[in-house]
Amino acid sequence: MDDLVGDFIAETREGLEALDSELVRFEQRPDDPETLSGIFRLIHTIKGTCGFLGLVRLQAVAHAAENVLGGFRDGAAPVDRVAVSAVLDALDLIRALTDALAETGAEPPGDDSALIARLDAVLHAEAEARTEAPPEPAAAPDPRSLIEQLGGDATLDAACETVVQQAQADAGLGTLFAQVDPDRLQAAVRNSLADLARKVRTGGVFTKAWAEFAIEPLSPSMVAATFELVAEALRSLDVAEPAIDALRVLALEPPAPKMKLTAGPPPAPAPAPPPPPEPELAAVVVQPPPAAPPSGASPGAAPAAEPAGPAQTIRVSLDALEHLMTVVSELVLIRNQLIQTLRLETDSPFAAPLNRLNQVTSELQEGVMATRMQPISGAWAKLPRMVRDLAQELGKQIDLVMIGQETELDRQVLELIKDPLTHMIRNAADHGLEGPAERLAAGKSESGCITLQARHEGGAIMIEVADDGRGLSPDKIRAKAVGSGLLSPSQAEQMSDAEARQLIFLAGFSTADQVTSVSGRGVGMDVVRTNIERIGGAVDLSSAEGAGTRFTIRIPLTLTIVSALIVECCGERFAMPQSSVVELVSASGASGRTIEHIDGTAVLRLRDRLLPLVSLQTLLGLQPADEPPTETCIVVARVGAFTFGVIVDRVFDTEEIVVKPVASVLRHLKLYSGATILGDGAVILILDLKGVSIETGAGQGAGLQDEVTVERAQGEEGAAILVFRAANDTLKAAPLASVSRIEEVGAHQIERVEGRTVIQYRGKLMPIVSTDAQPVESWDGPGLRPLLVFTREDRAIGLLVTEIVDIVETVVPVALESASPGARGSLIIDGRATEMIDVAYYWRRTLNHAEPASAAAPPSPAAAPEGRASTAAADRRLLVIDQSPFSQFLLRPLLAQAGYEVTVAANPEAALALYDAGERFQLIMADTSDPDEARGLATAFARADKWHAVPMLSLALQNGVAKGAGAGLDRTTLLDTVSDALGGLKGVA
Amino acid sequence: MTSDPNIALNSAASTEGLVSIKVGRQIFGVPVLQVQDVIAQTPINRVPLAPPEVAGSLNLRGRIVTAIDMRRRLKMEPRAPDDSFMSVIVEHRGELYALVVDDVGDVLWLSASAFEPTPVTLSPAWRAMCHGLYRLEEGLLLTLHVGEVLTLVPPAQQAA
Repeated sequence: MDDLVGDFIAETREGLEALDSELVRFEQRPDDPETLSGIFRLIHTIKGTCGFLGLVRLQAVAHAAENVLGGFRDGAAPVDRVAVSAVLDALDLIRALTDALAETGAEPPGDDSALIARLDAVLHAEAEARTEAPPEPAAAPDPRSLIEQLGGDATLDAACETVVQQAQADAGLGTLFAQVDPDRLQAAVRNSLADLARKVRTGGVFTKAWAEFAIEPLSPSMVAATFELVAEALRSLDVAEPAIDALRVLALEPPAPKMKLTAGPPPAPAPAPPPPPEPELAAVVVQPPPAAPPSGASPGAAPAAEPAGPAQTIRVSLDALEHLMTVVSELVLIRNQLIQTLRLETDSPFAAPLNRLNQVTSELQEGVMATRMQPISGAWAKLPRMVRDLAQELGKQIDLVMIGQETELDRQVLELIKDPLTHMIRNAADHGLEGPAERLAAGKSESGCITLQARHEGGAIMIEVADDGRGLSPDKIRAKAVGSGLLSPSQAEQMSDAEARQLIFLAGFSTADQVTSVSGRGVGMDVVRTNIERIGGAVDLSSAEGAGTRFTIRIPLTLTIVSALIVECCGERFAMPQSSVVELVSASGASGRTIEHIDGTAVLRLRDRLLPLVSLQTLLGLQPADEPPTETCIVVARVGAFTFGVIVDRVFDTEEIVVKPVASVLRHLKLYSGATILGDGAVILILDLKGVSIETGAGQGAGLQDEVTVERAQGEEGAAILVFRAANDTLKAAPLASVSRIEEVGAHQIERVEGRTVIQYRGKLMPIVSTDAQPVESWDGPGLRPLLVFTREDRAIGLLVTEIVDIVETVVPVALESASPGARGSLIIDGRATEMIDVAYYWRRTLNHAEPASAAAPPSPAAAPEGRASTAAADRRLLVIDQSPFSQFLLRPLLAQAGYEVTVAANPEAALALYDAGERFQLIMADTSDPDEARGLATAFARADKWHAVPMLSLALQNGVAKGAGAGLDRTTLLDTVSDALGGLKGVA
Repeated sequence: MTSDPNIALNSAASTEGLVSIKVGRQIFGVPVLQVQDVIAQTPINRVPLAPPEVAGSLNLRGRIVTAIDMRRRLKMEPRAPDDSFMSVIVEHRGELYALVVDDVGDVLWLSASAFEPTPVTLSPAWRAMCHGLYRLEEGLLLTLHVGEVLTLVPPAQQAA
């Protein structure tokens, strides 16, 4: 009995999955009897089996649903939304009950009378309506009985006469019926059809009528062919197409034993007697549940997307398939060994058979691989139903177009892409597509369209999810990124549209309320990407505002066989999945590249990037080989957005490897994703590069952190960097814009209070820290040391350094995770690796120290600049006339970060050129401390009369050291002054 | 391994079939029904970072087998690199393991009357891995509890 229940659960689940899409199709095209009969048969089977197994609740629900479906089929109930929804709900309940049954082995208790009443109401309402007022002919099928529609026995007889003649003349069928008395055959076929039309007898009689006369057993397709002859003959006798279709359904229905169809007008209260489990179910050969009856070439009835033909399938346990796979892999290995052995003996008598063995083995391998393949429609089956529900829920009209359903991929991959796909479709429906009104306003058709397309492309599967909705607005995404603190306004500004759209893949970018306000996608897009990358895939997106969004997913065909790079380290070989490998770099002497070290951490300069390196030897604790390796290779790998290099001794080749799971006693080792057997029989481990990146500490907090650092670094392109020497003589750097002032302090000024190091600064105590969390060391002698002062609101901290080295305009800052806290990454300045400090880290340290209660990390200055920055309008354009480095390197970044658009002119003449070019500014800042310069400026500006109304700020600059007039020019004062000057302007205007 | 399994079934009540193996100087017995195969010296590929008891992986006709170094498992002196070894293949929870031992002897059919529990003074680790022992003329044979032998404590928990 347990086996029967297990079979029932498996069959029901399979059937239900197929049903969802069938029902939606049915709702769209209610005149398609083939779809309906498929649905009806499934529900009927469920009901019958439930009765047999004593599953009362399931049986009752299935019975009610079957009645409604029977009503649809006989035209007694209209196919409308209410009715289909009721049936869908019934299916949901059946699904839930089946799941519960699978879990507990028994039906859960419960009351389904409400749903059953709803189903009955659908049926009765229509039955009553029909007795009162006959439905419009267009709305319901012909009310006449089928035999009447067909034109009675006479027409059938005439048709059968033609058919029998044709059948005997037919090339294929003729041999089977050549010896038969045409009159008797004609009578048998006519009687079977008439009985079917009157619903006296059911499916199978038509087949039987033919089979009795045939000299050989008939295949279903032959029966279908004979019916097509009948259909053709009926058509020529002016019988309406719906009647023929209805007859076809009845005639080609498989001969289910004791299957009782509801006769006459419904409702048919007589419950079908529980049929014994149908022999087909127990036997090995089963028809796939959703398959329509063999329809041959039924004109117009079979849309292109319909599952093809009467595929005969067998159910094989996965274990058996896996075992077969293992054996075949073994065979492949033996073949490889044989080939290697015989390669040296050219005149071996085994050469020819081996060649044949080679071919056969390859064929066998392909064949076994193919058994694991399933059409992608398996992952899509639920989508039409989901889209229908979403459309109703959201009040939108959505068409789902699915192309390439027959595309096959490994069943394991299939399982893994189901969820991401569902998610993306939901996003497209929810956020991508507009409501009908908005669409009409935008000049589009009322109903939106989501296109799902799958195809093979070079050993991978490409899946596209496209909608014709509003598209992703890069500006809104930027605004949201800035609003949520992921980017500073200037960073967002510098980002290209394509880069901005990529932001939706960031974790934390996507919380529900933000998404609706932005009308972009993003709900869990990071999860989607993670899941796809986990199976070695990639996801990309393109979008045009107003025209829609297209996601392209590329996934490998199978997970069992992957392409991998075989590397060697200390005499051991390892496999690295090719999908994560970006490039190979040689670091031996000849290449001119050398591995450098920062605080023991290896890095490599690769083009204009700094690549963090991981030594496989260190990571795996390998013993170096006796003789040192002659070469060093670096495998550049990318996991998510994190790129790093793995140092290995040797790189062999790329091989297709069969992935096998790691033994359970080794499963705690996160560095391996599997094991494989190479052609020479050796067992090697497959490195999990994600695990490697986590193990090195580099990939921690994967995703967001990496991404944000990358984005920030990009945003800082071209910014000024202050390079200084830190306590332990290493070079470090800080964004100049984050430094408020540079002071010089003597050793005697530093005081220690309660374990903290402070100095008195402007009447307050300012905490002082040293880099790398080192305690502030004191030094001898009268020398002064530079102190970088960072301010935030009214607080300040000082970072004591040994020497200010330089202020540089960085060309391409490189983001690179650093193992040490307090560092944001490294970059190359003047050919030397320099560590970029994380200012926020020092704030946290000092503030945590000072106020344990407010331990929460304050937002980093880059993410949340001064309050006024957010209020600063982008159209506030400033002109700075000055040629000193101060303006270039300090003033401009500082003002730009506060949200101003800054143009620097080196001298008054250059400023005039801008004037002539039609540039207008809201504020001009110039150094008027030097009388000569002030005069030159006045002379030059005499003719720039349109600029006369523009307020001018005087800067007092001396050798790049800021000494503002009067109160002193620090960052806050400067910004306030600028803000005030602009405010004054506003007042005037 | 050449023994007819029927004998084992028929005589299970009174005698037990054990594949005798030698680890160090100690003789152990592995229930003959649990042994899938005995293979001679075969290349074992090391698994870096694996627990010390795991000698590595080997390829047994296309299946990957995890090799357990029984000397290390039993906390004995490690074998010299050049010493020969044999592997007893056992299946445990759907996975194949190779018990790497010094030598594999005959299949012994031993009477239940010669069976004794392990002495309480034996180290707890050994007692957990052995059901009991048989007194043989040439020495004592400890019967191995395969499931227990293959239950390795991950290093992290060991340290805790």
